[in-house]
Parts: sequence; C-alpha cells; structure tokens
Amino acid sequence: MSDKIDEGLRSELQKQGIWVTSMQDLYNWGRKNSIWPLQFGLACCAIEMIATAASRYDLARFGGEVFRPSPRQADLMIVAGTVTKKMAPQIVRLYNQMPDPKYVIAMGACAISGGPFKQGYNVLKGIDRYIPVDVYIPGCPPRPEALLHAFMELQRKIDEQKLTGTNKASHLDSAQPSEFPVPAFGAHDLEPSLNSDVFHPPEIERA
Amino acid sequence: MESLEEIKARAEAVVPDAKIEIVLNPGPANQPSLLLEALSALRVARFLHDDPALRLDFCSNATGVDWLDRKVKTTRKVKKLVEGEEKEVDETTEESVPGYLEAVYHLYSMSHKHGPVIIRSRTVNRADDVHLPSLTPVWRSAEMQEREIFDLYGIHFDGHPDLRRILMWDEFVDHPMRKDYVEPDDYEYEPTPHDEVLERAKEHYPARPELEQLTPRE
Amino acid sequence: MSVGFQELAAAPPPMTSRLEGELLEISMGPQHPSTHGVFRMNVALEGEIVRKLKPVFGYLHRNHEKIGENTSYLGSMPYTDRLDYFCSMTNNWAYALSVEKLAGIEVPERAEYLRVILAELTRLQNHASLLGFLLSDMGAWGTPLMYAFREREKILDLFESLSGSRMMCDFMRFGGCRVDASEEWLGRARKIAEAFPKFLDEFEQLILSNEIVIMRTQHVGKLSAELAINAGITGPMLRASGVNYDIRKVDGYGIYPRFKFRVPLGDHGDCYDRLMMRSLEMRESLAILKQAFAEIPAGPITNPKVKIRAFKPPVGEAYGRIEGPKGELGFYLISDGSASPYRYRVRPPSFINLTILEDLCLGHTVADVMVILGSIDIVMGEVDR
Repeated sequence: MSDKIDEGLRSELQKQGIWVTSMQDLYNWGRKNSIWPLQFGLACCAIEMIATAASRYDLARFGGEVFRPSPRQADLMIVAGTVTKKMAPQIVRLYNQMPDPKYVIAMGACAISGGPFKQGYNVLKGIDRYIPVDVYIPGCPPRPEALLHAFMELQRKIDEQKLTGTNKASHLDSAQPSEFPVPAFGAHDLEPSLNSDVFHPPEIERA
Repeated sequence: MESLEEIKARAEAVVPDAKIEIVLNPGPANQPSLLLEALSALRVARFLHDDPALRLDFCSNATGVDWLDRKVKTTRKVKKLVEGEEKEVDETTEESVPGYLEAVYHLYSMSHKHGPVIIRSRTVNRADDVHLPSLTPVWRSAEMQEREIFDLYGIHFDGHPDLRRILMWDEFVDHPMRKDYVEPDDYEYEPTPHDEVLERAKEHYPARPELEQLTPRE
Repeated sequence: MSVGFQELAAAPPPMTSRLEGELLEISMGPQHPSTHGVFRMNVALEGEIVRKLKPVFGYLHRNHEKIGENTSYLGSMPYTDRLDYFCSMTNNWAYALSVEKLAGIEVPERAEYLRVILAELTRLQNHASLLGFLLSDMGAWGTPLMYAFREREKILDLFESLSGSRMMCDFMRFGGCRVDASEEWLGRARKIAEAFPKFLDEFEQLILSNEIVIMRTQHVGKLSAELAINAGITGPMLRASGVNYDIRKVDGYGIYPRFKFRVPLGDHGDCYDRLMMRSLEMRESLAILKQAFAEIPAGPITNPKVKIRAFKPPVGEAYGRIEGPKGELGFYLISDGSASPYRYRVRPPSFINLTILEDLCLGHTVADVMVILGSIDIVMGEVDR
C-alpha cells in the first residue's frame, strides 16, 4: 500500500468501516488482477502456456484467464516460442495494435535471445530487438510454474508503476513511444536488423 | 521386390534412351539408388509408378543435397610390371569431381507394401545450369517438397505447377542450405565466444590490450 | 400495373441468381485463435464459399537441418524434440532408428520394449490433445481441451520422472535409451494405462456422439484414397480414407511384429472418420501397452559397443522411418565419415499432409476450413522445421 498513509491511522479507520487508499493503488490493483493475455503462441512454449491455463496450473487464479485472440482487446503479449525473421514484422504490428497500457513477457530461451536456434538465418535473436520486454522467463520450455512466477512478477511491476511524477508509467507519458517501426523484408536479412532505441544488450567485459 | 539391377534393366527396356546408373551405398544401411538423367527422368518415374510389378505409388521423401567441388580417391587393382613380372597392384588415383546439386526421392509402394526404391538426379553444375524435371506430375507429394528444395537449394524444377519460395520470404535472395551460404552477421556475441565466433566478435568490439595481458589465476 | 394478390400467390417471382461479385481475399493467420501455431492461409472467398486457398509457411522455420549439419549426431537429438513438440519421444526414436540403420547398431530387448511403451504413451496424449484442440477450434471454448490436458498431465508426469523433462525428453540414444525405468515407474505407468479406457469412454461419448460435432464434421473434407496415396499422406489421415498402410505393420521396425494390434480403417475419408481414427488408435495403443507391460524383460538399456563421444558412423546414407502419431516421420542422413552428418533431412508428416489442403477445402465454407485443418493434425514445429 502507499507509504504516504500512516498504517496506524489506516487500521483505526478500517475498524470503523472506512477504507483508505490512493488513486494509484486502486488503479494498479484493478489492472494487475485482470490482465488479459493475447493468445499468441508460436512454438513449443505455447503448449506450456496452454498447460498453465489448463486445470492443473490454472492461470485463472491470477486473473489471466481470458485469452483474447484479437490484439485490440488484450493488454499482455506473451511471446512464447521462437521468433523468426519472417514472423517478426507481424509481431511488431500486433504490438502496435495493442492499446496502452501493454506489457510483454518473453517466454522461453528463444524469445529472449534466439535460444537453441540462435545459429540460424531465419531466427530473430530475441524479440527485445524490436519491442520492449517487461519480464523474461528463461527455460526451454519453462515449466508452467515459471510462467506463473513471471505473471506474479509482472503484477508486482504493475503495482509499482506510478501515475504522476518523472517516473510515471509509460502509457501516461506522452514522450514515450507506444508504437515501434515495423521491420521490412530485405534481400538477406530484415531491415533494420535491430531497433537501437529498444535494444539495450548488457555490456559484457570481454577478457 | 526385385533387385535394383533388374529394375534398371526393365526401365531401360521400356524407356529406350534412358541412361540409368546404380549408385552404391557403402555402409550397413544397404540402400543403393538409381541415378537418372534429367532428360528421361520423368518417363522413368512414370514407368516406376505405373509398372504393375513395382507400383511405386508413394513418394515418401524428396530431398535436395549440395555437393561442392571435391577430390575423390578411388583405389583400383591394376596389372603392372613389377620387377619383370605382371602383378595386380592397388593404384590410387585422385580425381576432382565438380560440384552439383542433387535431388533424391524415396519411393515406396502402398499397394504392394514394398520399397524403398531411391532415385536421384543431378544438375550439371551449381552455378547457372540448375534445371531438373519436376516429378510432381507423377507424385503429387513432391509438390511442396520440390518448392522447398527450390527455396533452400536453388534447383529449378521444370514442369512444376507453382514454383516459388515456401519457407523464406519472397524478397529473400539467397539459397540458405547451400554449403557456401554466409549467414547475415546479426549476433550479439556471448561472453565466451570461441573459434570463428571469437574472430567475428573481435570485429564488433574494440580490442582491449590491457585485458589480454591478464594472467590466469592459479 | 398493379399485381393482384392471387397472381402473386399463384406464381411467385423467381429468386435472383447468385450475386456476381469479386472474390474476397482474406488472410487467415499467422495469428489466429486456432492454436496450431503460426500458419497462414490466403483464402479467396465467394461469399462464404472457399474458391482458392494457398497456404503460406515458414513462420517457424528454424533451420533445423542446417543446425544438424553443424552439430554432432548426438547433439542433434535435443533438436529433434522440438520438431513435433507434442511427441518428443517418437521424434527421438525416429532419429535414433535412422542413425542405427546408418551405422548398423543393434538395440537390446529391454530398450526396445521401453521405446514401444513410451511411443504408445506419446500417441495416447497426442491424440487426446488433438481431439481437445479440434473441439476448441469448433467453438467449444476449451472445456474438452481441459479434459484432454488432464490426462496429458498424468502422462507428462511419467515422462518427467523418467527423463527429467515434461516435453523435451531427449531420451533415446543410438543403441538404446538414456535411463532405465524402475519397477515402480512401470507400475505407475501400468496404472495410468489401465485407468485410461474409462476416460476414453467418457470423452468419446461427450465428443463423438455430440450432435454439433457430427453435423460439422461428417461429409466435410472428403479425401479419396487415390489422392491420398498420390499426395503422400500418411498416418491416421491416410487410414481414414481406407488405405491399409501402417508402418508399424509394413516395416515392422523395432519389436512391433510381436504385438497383436489391429489397424483401424475409415470408410468415407471425411473429418469425422479422422476423429474416429484417433479414438480407435488410442484403444489399439492401450492394447499394445498392455502386452508390453506384461512382457518387458530385464536387461541392459544400451548397447555397450556404441561410442558416445566422437561417434562417427561409416560413410553412406540411410533413410529410417517410424509411424509417428501424425504420420510417417523419417530421417534421411548422409554421412561422410565425420562426426556430423553431411546432409540431415527430416521428412515431416504434417508438412506433406498439408499438400492437399486446398483440394479438401474447395467448395466448403470458411468455418469448415478450420475443422478440416484441425482434423489434419499439424504442428508448425514440424511443418517448418
């Protein structure tokens, strides 16, 4: 809960039947408990995603039950599976079509960095080359529990998003882009091969 | 099922100008194949399909193979004069075989439940003369597989109903499964690359001579 | 001129003939709710009737064959898991069979029995999932899928306790299997196989006797036997058209000749026959499992003469195939004596079964296209490799 309200005061008020919160907490609470994922499975990780939504691992407990086929109605895109260069423009288009606020989970090693198929002429080495990713789930395929953990991480991230101030959430900040340019098919590779505004690989010391 | 020699003899009887060779397959698999010529391949294929004893109506697999220019060593027994006597000696000759592209078909029979009969056809070279007849009029299962061979190897199949790229996008220019295909350089290099990946990584990242003098920990 | 009521009733004016117009081209996919993966069909419609259909592939082309050329023989085994990601055990078996043919390796008895048990368990969960997916394509919104996945989870638990991973098992080796199955595992597997017929009865009664399923799948997507043979269709789709060709019986690979099982055949070749085929094959798989559990001997699980590191088969080529749950899965390997194959080719059943998709869909409505596509049973990991 917000740190501006004194906890003692809050519990006293609750005993009287008055519930105090802030706009930010209420807004984030509503959004994080009803995330609608986009039904977007590419490869093997999609089956683990379906298994997570099935009865044993039950994603519905977390509010993520309603998988929407249309990007216009979804707010979470779980990129599950290998992203190929042929599919990459469609993924960026789908991301652009999703309304704000939108989140991306990169599920599986292939979506993070190309995975076991990294050595490939048609494999995009990670979806974070073109669109911003919020949560990464390693694994090949990650277990359904890992996807649930990622979902909870995303809920925690949404909970901490601010509505005002300099660090406010990107969907409320008109300076932040919400649509990204779609790559085109070139003669040998996608053009451009990566989007340098979005892609920030970690700097690694090379010995 | 009859042996490959018998099939070859009967095929050459039915299709008079066909030149068929038997390509032996060393190794335990024991799957030799028939090498067909481009001009007569379609007629031989139709014979294999229609012949009542063979009835090879199921084309299971159509593959493309890329053979680069290579040197082949053959060892033959040759009669030579050694110290005044004629003896049989092993003579090893090395000949260079120019490269070609090849299409291999595995044929089975669903009505007689026998097989496989493997047929191959080779292009003249890897550069400009890469035409082969399409066997899609005989076996429809070759339709999409020949498109894939065209896409990934570049063999042009004459007589194919719809020859265009199938797995790569239409604007793509290269033929990726060829042995001399160079991939686009779009990696982000891992922390510990080695061999040729290390060489390519060095081009992307500036050299840091102070790190190269670090001594390994004992 | 006014027309009296009697005249109108006597001879009603003719209905206008069909509206002439242009064909509407739509693109179904690559992102659509039917979870067969990233597959796209360019469909030209006249009203609701399909006039042309061109499938577009390649959205999951992960150049598996090129990786195979640069990896050692054993190193390609995990990649075969990811071909048909529902059935990793049978993919592994097909690859191991091809390499064993290439190098002339023999497999001990217990390993053969274990391979059969795992392959038939894979077939069970694959066919159950297919029925679940097809019904959710038809609009059942996931409930049959939940039933199917409930059974699938039990079988995946078995796979996980044996091989360490639910889906990507990487279990077969050249000359046997990786890990031996304990008596306790065999007991658990036997219990699951014994409880399966009860689920199957309930599932069949709910799905295959359902009026909507019957109306939507019968007489839809009829495939004749001649076209099926000529187009290289294999697997349950071929047998639904009445052709008796099951590679387990024809080639008799492994120890399948020892098991008594029937090969179900269909009469009409429509979508309903293909669904029934899966259900009947599940029953035959249960029969095979029962015999295998009873007969499995003790013994070694691998062939000790096979080198694991630096495995170099002799020069030559081989084509090995098995009856996978989706059709004939074959591997064509050309070896040049080195540690990685010169040519590594996968013969994908789903890809070749899609050859006649256009023929099956012409003249049907758009809604039938999804039913036909679902009954073919494709997995994009295998189609695009």
